[in-house]
Amino acid sequence: MKINNVILRTVTKLVVFIILTLAVYLFFAGHNSPGGGFIAGLVLASAFVLLFIVYDMETIKNAIPLDFKKIAALGAFLAVGTGFGAFLFDVPFLTQAFDYFQVPFFGEIELTTVTIFEAGVTLAVVGVVVTIILSISEDV
Amino acid sequence: MGTLNFIVLIPFLTALLIPLFYKKGSRLHIGLLPILVAVSLFIYLLTYIPDIANGKTFLHTISWIPSYGINFTTYLDGLSLIFALLITGIGTLVILYSIYYLSENEQLGHFYTYLMMFMGAMLGVVLSDNLMVLYVFWELTSISSFLLIAFWYQRKRSREGAQKSMLITMSGGFGMLVGFLMLYAITGTMNVREIIEIIPDLTGHVLFVPAMLLLLFGAFTKSAQFPFHIWLPDAMEAPTPVSAYLHSATMVKAGIYLVARFTPVFGGEGVWFWIVTGVGIFTLFWGSFQAVRQTDLKALLAYSTVSQLGMIMSMFGMGSVALNFGYSTESVFYTQATFAALFHLINHSTFKGALFMAVGIVDHEVGTRDIRRLGGLATFMPITFTISLIGSFSMAGLPPFNGFLSKEMFFQAAIDITTLGVFHVDTLGNLIPIVAWIASIFTFVYSMIIVFQTFLGPYKEERLERPANESPIGMLISPLILAGLVLIIFFFPNVLGNYIIRPAMASVFPSLATQVDLGVEILRWHGFNSLALWMTIGVVLIGIILYKFPKIWRWIYVLFPGEWSFNSLYNFAIEQGEKSSRRFTNSYMTGDLRNYLMYIFSFFILLIAGAFVLTGSYNFTISDNAMISTFEWIIVMSLMIAAISILFAKSRLTAILLNSVLGYGVALLFVIFRAPDLALTQTVVETVTTVLFLVAYYFLPEWQKEQGTRKANLTKLVVSIAVGATFTVVALAAQNNRLFERISTYFEDSYELAGGRNIVNTILSDFRGFDTMLEVVVLLIAGLGVYSIIKLKAGKRGKKIENQ
Repeated sequence: MKINNVILRTVTKLVVFIILTLAVYLFFAGHNSPGGGFIAGLVLASAFVLLFIVYDMETIKNAIPLDFKKIAALGAFLAVGTGFGAFLFDVPFLTQAFDYFQVPFFGEIELTTVTIFEAGVTLAVVGVVVTIILSISEDV
Repeated sequence: MGTLNFIVLIPFLTALLIPLFYKKGSRLHIGLLPILVAVSLFIYLLTYIPDIANGKTFLHTISWIPSYGINFTTYLDGLSLIFALLITGIGTLVILYSIYYLSENEQLGHFYTYLMMFMGAMLGVVLSDNLMVLYVFWELTSISSFLLIAFWYQRKRSREGAQKSMLITMSGGFGMLVGFLMLYAITGTMNVREIIEIIPDLTGHVLFVPAMLLLLFGAFTKSAQFPFHIWLPDAMEAPTPVSAYLHSATMVKAGIYLVARFTPVFGGEGVWFWIVTGVGIFTLFWGSFQAVRQTDLKALLAYSTVSQLGMIMSMFGMGSVALNFGYSTESVFYTQATFAALFHLINHSTFKGALFMAVGIVDHEVGTRDIRRLGGLATFMPITFTISLIGSFSMAGLPPFNGFLSKEMFFQAAIDITTLGVFHVDTLGNLIPIVAWIASIFTFVYSMIIVFQTFLGPYKEERLERPANESPIGMLISPLILAGLVLIIFFFPNVLGNYIIRPAMASVFPSLATQVDLGVEILRWHGFNSLALWMTIGVVLIGIILYKFPKIWRWIYVLFPGEWSFNSLYNFAIEQGEKSSRRFTNSYMTGDLRNYLMYIFSFFILLIAGAFVLTGSYNFTISDNAMISTFEWIIVMSLMIAAISILFAKSRLTAILLNSVLGYGVALLFVIFRAPDLALTQTVVETVTTVLFLVAYYFLPEWQKEQGTRKANLTKLVVSIAVGATFTVVALAAQNNRLFERISTYFEDSYELAGGRNIVNTILSDFRGFDTMLEVVVLLIAGLGVYSIIKLKAGKRGKKIENQ
């Protein structure tokens, strides 16, 4: 897929960062407002897909040298791993914990193990979506 | 924290780490990591011996699915300690041996990952107290065994052997699972401890005997008992360290462990006694009978393992009768068989492990293990010769080796059992010592074949791949240690008996152990009055005659035609199974997506609409519904127009775009109905799927109107309308369904319970986190599936690695 479209490329350069920021926002917002790991993963994936569509595959592959299969595997590992991690604290499988901490500058923030789980979901979604789209489009 | 639970988990963690550390050609051998883990676990388990010997037991529970009574409960007592020590101890020696046995060019990372996975699974089997957890680990041992047998997967025979072992042990495992569920139905608990306590009052339950039979099915397939033994010889395609570890010392003993563990549950029943003893004793005979005719040393050892497993099994059967009497001096008398079984279990692991390793050395050094090509190796490989001599003589039951002691005890137990007054032993039971004796003669003969036909006689260098040489010292250490143990146990048997076997007896006979000491003094010399001694002498004399003059009796093997074996039955079943499933699959997998959609939709209608009709829950009222606003009308109308337009679209691109109109329209509806999460998800999903569509565009065939027959078109019309109607009914009825109490009030406390205000997300990642976790795994599997289907298309690489 090679499209030589100056306007699209210029816009994409800007928009991708907005999408990426949105993804990060959605990821952290998910705990209390709309958002969450799954959506964040999809949004991240769509950012990557946009890049792949607008620029040619090789350029982006050099710019982002990530193996998305491994990212997907890492995500699934994190999600399952938090389940087993609960054993270390002698509580049932997949028990999640949360607490509130006073941090200078940020004030009170909540830290929770669900974030790790959600990060796993996000990575798995990004990895799988990009892997599927890439492998289908490369198979020409 | 339960350190016991971590004993089980540590090998799995190691298995995870190995691929990370493994680099081809690095200076440190990757085998060092697993060996370190195995040896530390072994030493750690050794520290439990004093406590266990004093009658203490250790129990620790980690909650897994408490609502179903499924918990990761580990229980360490005398019985599990024996097995755990064997698993880690032999494991250490086998890994050490494998470092020298396998060349650096093999896929060592895979090998040690599988091996560690097996070690963890096997420890899980012997340490689990929960039936379901035990089952999971049980199947994991089958899976890792499958992977290890197929380690050289380029060979056709390896793959077939792996498949055979998996099919047989897994079907047994599945039967065992059903048996476990029956036990759960009888007792209402998943814990073996509690089952043992409750079961005496419930032996009359209608499921009691079926549960017993299914459990034995699992045990017999795993421990290669007749007629399920056929997988074990084929499993010898695995690398020799694997054969020594899984297929002689540990995994095949899982079935024996199961029988021992469940003796307090089922023991004392006539059915249990006859099946376990009968199958065991016949396996003993059949295995040794078949072993004699083998020409491949490893196949010979495989049949001999089958036979020895049968012997141990039969002794557990004989010992179980003690539970029929309750406590009395007589019952304690019969427990000696179980003591002998446990003793022989340990002895067998030592001498058979040593023999396997010795055969592996021969194979490694001269390139063949066919006894017709071997001979005269004693002068070239004196140390290997010594190890084989010790191992074989111990197996044959000769002094001064440990096999002699347990063989004598076995004969004694077989004689004693004939005096038993119950279960009609007075008629058929007299056969037990006779069959045992005949089988032992064959055992003697094949033991002699191993030593003398390999190491003595003429040296035939021209028939070997490589000239014989003694192997490097690294490969000799492990078998030497095992051979040393064979001797040490003969001279100090009672150390083992007192500290290791006596506590295990308490696990097999918990009801008797509280009243009397079940330990047995192991004697090296029983005096000339002992019938067992004369049986041994008879075995040796007749064995020597049979070995010297094979011509006069070998003709009996020709009596049974080759095609009458269970192997041909298995092959026939596999062939027919493959044929008929192919025929069946081809009949409905037409390769046409339209057909598949028809199946899915018809099934959907059948299931959902059928359920509606059956339960009569399709009544609904729309009077309570809110008014439909103009804005909503507009969206719905445009959705409908888009949907109908798809039918008349001229090009595929138009259809895809119209389809996304539907998706975004629904997202818009979500926004109006104040479901931002859903709207967001729907929008992004729609975007990504549209891209996916466009990507796949290239591969789709020409868009054309299908000209089906009138009948086919009519069927499609009916199915389409029915699907639409069902969906509408579901949507409308869902609003009015009040079959259950609302559960949403529970989730409204999400801030208190899970620390998050977004209920949808707390449900996804916390309340129903298990679902999400599995979905993530499914997603990964799907992604990898797509990747491998596309990337690894057959013929793309143009290289066929199979069937070398």
